[in-house]
Amino acid sequence: MALPEIQVEPPDVTTPVAVNGRWAGYWAILGARMKELWREPEVIFWVFVFPLLLAFGLGIAFRNKPADVTPIAVVSNSNAQAVIDLLQRSPGKNAIHADLLDEKTALDRFRLGQYSLVVTSDGNELLYRYDPARPESVLARSQVDDALQTAAGRTSAIKAETTQSSEPGARYIDFLIPGLLGMNLMNSGMWGIGFAVVDMRQRKLLKRFIASPMRRTDFLLALGSSRLVLMIIEVVLLLGFGVLAFHMKVEGSLLSILFVASLGAVSFGGVGLLTASRAQKIESVSGLINLVMMPMWIFSGVFFSYERFPQVIQPVIKALPLTALNDALRAIILQGASLSSQWIPLAVMAIWGGVSFLIALKWFRWS
Amino acid sequence: MEVAIRCHDLKKTYDGKVEAVRGLDLEILPGECFGLLGPNGAGKTTTIEILEGLLAPTSGEVEILGMTWQGHERELRESLGISLQETRLSEKLTVRETVELFASFYRHPASSAFVLEELSLTEKADAMVGKLSGGQKQRLAVATALVGNPKILFLDEPTTGLDPQSRRQLWEIVRQFQQRSGTVMLTTHYMDEAERLCDRLAIIDHGKVIAAGTPAELISGLSGHHVVEFAINGGQPVDEGLWSSLPGVQRVRHEDGFFCLQVDEPHHTIPALLLAVQQQGAQLAHLTTRQASLEDVFVHLTGRRLRED
Repeated sequence: MALPEIQVEPPDVTTPVAVNGRWAGYWAILGARMKELWREPEVIFWVFVFPLLLAFGLGIAFRNKPADVTPIAVVSNSNAQAVIDLLQRSPGKNAIHADLLDEKTALDRFRLGQYSLVVTSDGNELLYRYDPARPESVLARSQVDDALQTAAGRTSAIKAETTQSSEPGARYIDFLIPGLLGMNLMNSGMWGIGFAVVDMRQRKLLKRFIASPMRRTDFLLALGSSRLVLMIIEVVLLLGFGVLAFHMKVEGSLLSILFVASLGAVSFGGVGLLTASRAQKIESVSGLINLVMMPMWIFSGVFFSYERFPQVIQPVIKALPLTALNDALRAIILQGASLSSQWIPLAVMAIWGGVSFLIALKWFRWS
Repeated sequence: MEVAIRCHDLKKTYDGKVEAVRGLDLEILPGECFGLLGPNGAGKTTTIEILEGLLAPTSGEVEILGMTWQGHERELRESLGISLQETRLSEKLTVRETVELFASFYRHPASSAFVLEELSLTEKADAMVGKLSGGQKQRLAVATALVGNPKILFLDEPTTGLDPQSRRQLWEIVRQFQQRSGTVMLTTHYMDEAERLCDRLAIIDHGKVIAAGTPAELISGLSGHHVVEFAINGGQPVDEGLWSSLPGVQRVRHEDGFFCLQVDEPHHTIPALLLAVQQQGAQLAHLTTRQASLEDVFVHLTGRRLRED
């Protein structure tokens, strides 16, 4: 009788579980990136807390105060009391504070900046001593002259009404928040991509990744996507802070704002990738990143309008990606501009992002 | 029979000057554990990185599983498991997250739980990578290579800097992988590792293979594959010529106050040695005999020790 045939199969110890789909690697890298960021307290601070602190500090410092009282000195002589009396009768008396002093003391303190103007009267004429180089001095001269002349009976040739305007939308904090948002998107894009890439290169992790079947494009895509996720949180936090703490009015649609911010994040991601495409050490890339960002901190209108710079360099300033981002953000947030009206700054950002990404791909070193 | 790894006349020159690899031929069979043994700077890492497709050779041919890197990079990557020298994995991910990240890159990965179990990392699965010991980190590095279900496992200096227990654990992992008919290629500068772990090995020095074969072949190929080591006290200064004239002595080395005689038949040499020591009016302070090791092979071939540290 023939023995039954026994089939021996090797035990399947490795038990392949699932078959990974095309995008498994992308999602895994993105997930790992987000977990790493979330577990790094410094990242949370610099990306989320620091801009809020900055906005809060600057918002307090430049909050709209009641108009300053102008301090002036009146040289004490026999006519001085008449000047003081005139001032007391003038409509602007609350905005002017006058002290009676002898001439020498008055001039000394004027020089030190304690007084903006020194007034001397000889009974017939008034003598104003002011410093044309000091804006508050110039202001004091016309303010005091106006007050005295009106009190003495001068009437306006043309009737004029004034109303005060410090509506939300026109204050410094309204100008500041979109600028901070732009700067924050630049900072976190440059550091988030540039620093991370060089760190991984230095740790030979990039080399280890490409020793596996990981797709290189998936890696870069996941890195960019992690920026977009953070970007949404940054935008919501900063704008929310502006609205809640400073009653800022957001005129444009949130979708448009997110679109502009995404383009900004991607654009600076590209610039960050290019900056980090070859550097081997954290130290060298840190220097490079600061070098790239420095001009934009100064010129791109984060804290003050770039219109203050000479006309000749305006085209250069407008070609910077942060200027474009800030301009588009301000137009949409403060004036409710449409996306299509902002096509020039949007194009500037797209070009910066696209061109630097392409060069970065060509130069990029994985080891 | 199909060859797992083959390279022919491999050369690598850095910046047109430094010749790291100078004409290397290797053939590694499926299921083998093959070792590249050599001192630091011999060209081991350059060689293994060329075979891994991470470095382009200046000239020469490489064939892995019958495929070339130019034509079949993706397929090859799916079939290889690679652990580099000194990769620092992300410290803020857990062991399991790290293994699962690497698993996601492969079409048909092994189960992460199985790999963690096999590498005795299950207990540490939820620990942050930053908190692991050196041995655990190295096992994790191997886990990221094994999770792709590779046919060939490349390990570059897998046990450098590890304590003896961690080294033995890693050797055990390599053997398990081999039992599942995996092929292993590793580099090392530890001769005991090469001797115990490798089925065959190539000793390389200055970018060239200076000897190849099984550890036993290499050692028995040495004329005088026993070593008699001794030291003496007192007596007149001895001329080394005296020792080499003893019966059966192939070679004499003098190291750290010890004499090492490479001999074929210790039972002929030792009585003559004892007699000679007595005649010199000296006393034997130390005497041992042992099998020659790969270290002796290396010293014999190059005149230098394997690890000069």
